[in-house]
Amino acid sequence: MNNKTRSLVQRMTLTPYSIWAALFIVVPLIFVAYYAFTDSAFRFTFENVSRFFTATSQIDDGETVREVHTYLVIFWRSLKLAVISTFICLVMGYPLAYIMARAKSRTQNILLTLIMIPMWMNFLIRTYAWMTILQDTGILNGFLSALHLGRIHIIGTESAVVIGMVYDYFPYMVLPIYSVMAKLDVKLLEAASDLGCPGISVLRRVIWPLSLPGVLSGVTMVLIPSISTFYISQKLGNGKFFLIGDAIEGQYVANNLHFAAAIAFILMVILLVCMGLMQKLTNRRIIVA
Amino acid sequence: MKKIVEIKNITKSFDGEVVLDNINLDIYDNEFITLLGPSGCGKTTLLRIIGGFETPDKGDVIFMGENINGLPPHKRNVNTVFQRYALFPHLNVFENVAFSLREKKVPKAEIQRAVTEMLSLVALKGFEKRAVTSLSGGQQQRVAIARALVNQPKVLLLDEPLSALDLKLRKDMQVELKNIQKATGITFIFVTHDQEEALSMSDTVVVMTEGHIQQIGTPVDIYNEPQNAFVADFIGESNILDGVMLEDYKVRFSGHTFQCLDKDFDVREAVDVVVRPEDVDIVPEEKGHLRGVVTSVTFLGVHYEIIVDIGGFKWMIQTTDFHDVDEHIGLFIEPDAIHVMKKSKFSGMYGDYSSFSDEMDEIGEVDLEELEELEELDTESGSAT
Repeated sequence: MNNKTRSLVQRMTLTPYSIWAALFIVVPLIFVAYYAFTDSAFRFTFENVSRFFTATSQIDDGETVREVHTYLVIFWRSLKLAVISTFICLVMGYPLAYIMARAKSRTQNILLTLIMIPMWMNFLIRTYAWMTILQDTGILNGFLSALHLGRIHIIGTESAVVIGMVYDYFPYMVLPIYSVMAKLDVKLLEAASDLGCPGISVLRRVIWPLSLPGVLSGVTMVLIPSISTFYISQKLGNGKFFLIGDAIEGQYVANNLHFAAAIAFILMVILLVCMGLMQKLTNRRIIVA
Repeated sequence: MKKIVEIKNITKSFDGEVVLDNINLDIYDNEFITLLGPSGCGKTTLLRIIGGFETPDKGDVIFMGENINGLPPHKRNVNTVFQRYALFPHLNVFENVAFSLREKKVPKAEIQRAVTEMLSLVALKGFEKRAVTSLSGGQQQRVAIARALVNQPKVLLLDEPLSALDLKLRKDMQVELKNIQKATGITFIFVTHDQEEALSMSDTVVVMTEGHIQQIGTPVDIYNEPQNAFVADFIGESNILDGVMLEDYKVRFSGHTFQCLDKDFDVREAVDVVVRPEDVDIVPEEKGHLRGVVTSVTFLGVHYEIIVDIGGFKWMIQTTDFHDVDEHIGLFIEPDAIHVMKKSKFSGMYGDYSSFSDEMDEIGEVDLEELEELEELDTESGSAT
């Protein structure tokens, strides 16, 4: 329906949403940008933005002292952990989504519920739960030593942070892929098989390309929150892995609003560019292939 | 003629419901064979068993003398044209047709040549780069045929391939399919519920219902010599009457004794008698074998379809002359217009036009089709686990 034929009633029913969107999405974004480019006296400045790229600090690893770009290092670390988590979510989530989509509808419902139940629990509680599991004296180590397999030190490592991220964001990977897979016409798979494709070829040549839109939104929905997460790294990384989200939070808590806004703004721009590129890439693949 | 596919004692049931009951069928090389029957008669299941998408509970599928029961679809030298084409939406026309050749790692130049040849066979030259989603139903249909034929299969399976096309296009595609079959010499196994389609295209028609084969024969045989009331009613229009075979060449029905061409029945054996609506001559009342009153008239272009009440039984008669409702007419029936059949479990179920309505028929058919499709989807998603 185009704008011309929209009746007054239709426009009025849209109004609350428009106001809501303006107030809670657009206005805050404008504020972030405004703070990012002003100093404490609200004069225009690039200083906050350039500080992100130029600020340095020293790392002392006992023998040598190195000077590094503080926020670039943090950003790189965030990106690395987020990409690893997203990759693990994809590798685990894709087969699960496929199995779910092909299962009987009763099984599908049960699996869907199982995946969603953790989402109904508070994020902080789930992270604390992982702390008790992964601690040196936690459930995991208790279990391992009961089996005489020795203990492992995992809390406070990057692995622990990745485990936390994968656990928290896994449903956001499975659900979009599942919804695309469920709509996939079984006849297409039969046609591929009829045309000489063994199972693995059906997956590679038909299922994978047709499920790419689901994969893309799954990757987006996991990568973005995990790149900017701040709580998981503090709790499961014992605060040793300062991520970009932690940096923003830290600056905010320290009442350094303008710099916090600048980091958030830069992160947003980088993510937008990345997503735009990815979208373009997948679109092209789907059409040309 | 060489047998190419042999179906031996195939039985298949879904959730305890028998869909195919001990089916035996030989399919010959270069043949255009049609599996014809109403929704739910098992014809699609039989096709899917030949294609390898379903495994029979009992019985064997023999392909060129070899048992292929355990062979998955991708290893069978058989290709399928699916009901709604099942074209790959992420590939263009060329890539859809080239799909199986790429799997076989055929050299690029050879693929180019084979696909171009196939596309010109189905009259789609110049469509190579088009997205399949931008094509009309008829064009998608042609892509599906080209995609299957490019493998040069020994047998092509076609699952109601024309059902989604409009009438005009369907007629054109019928002729075209027949021509393609003749040109390629590939055996076509065609599934349809449209009897007209079956009669006009096939070398052999297999009429099925309730999981059984009712009759196998040429279109002319099936039409002229139906074996039971179901076949007589399903293929074309039929008046089916209770009769008694008095002796060879003499049958009595509707209170009159007729000369006929049938023999070898028991003396006074109860039989079903078929009289086709177009074989009845309308004559003045006093000159007819039978007398009746016209109860309704429908103009159908080429002819009128009139319903005549004869002693409480409603006959359908097709005539080019107009007769008005309530007119008293006589019916004259030549010996060769009469076909006598053995009694079967279908006796008494068909062939009376007292509750006849074209519209009702069509509405019923559409609903059944949709229901069947829904059920198919259900069983598919269930059985794929």
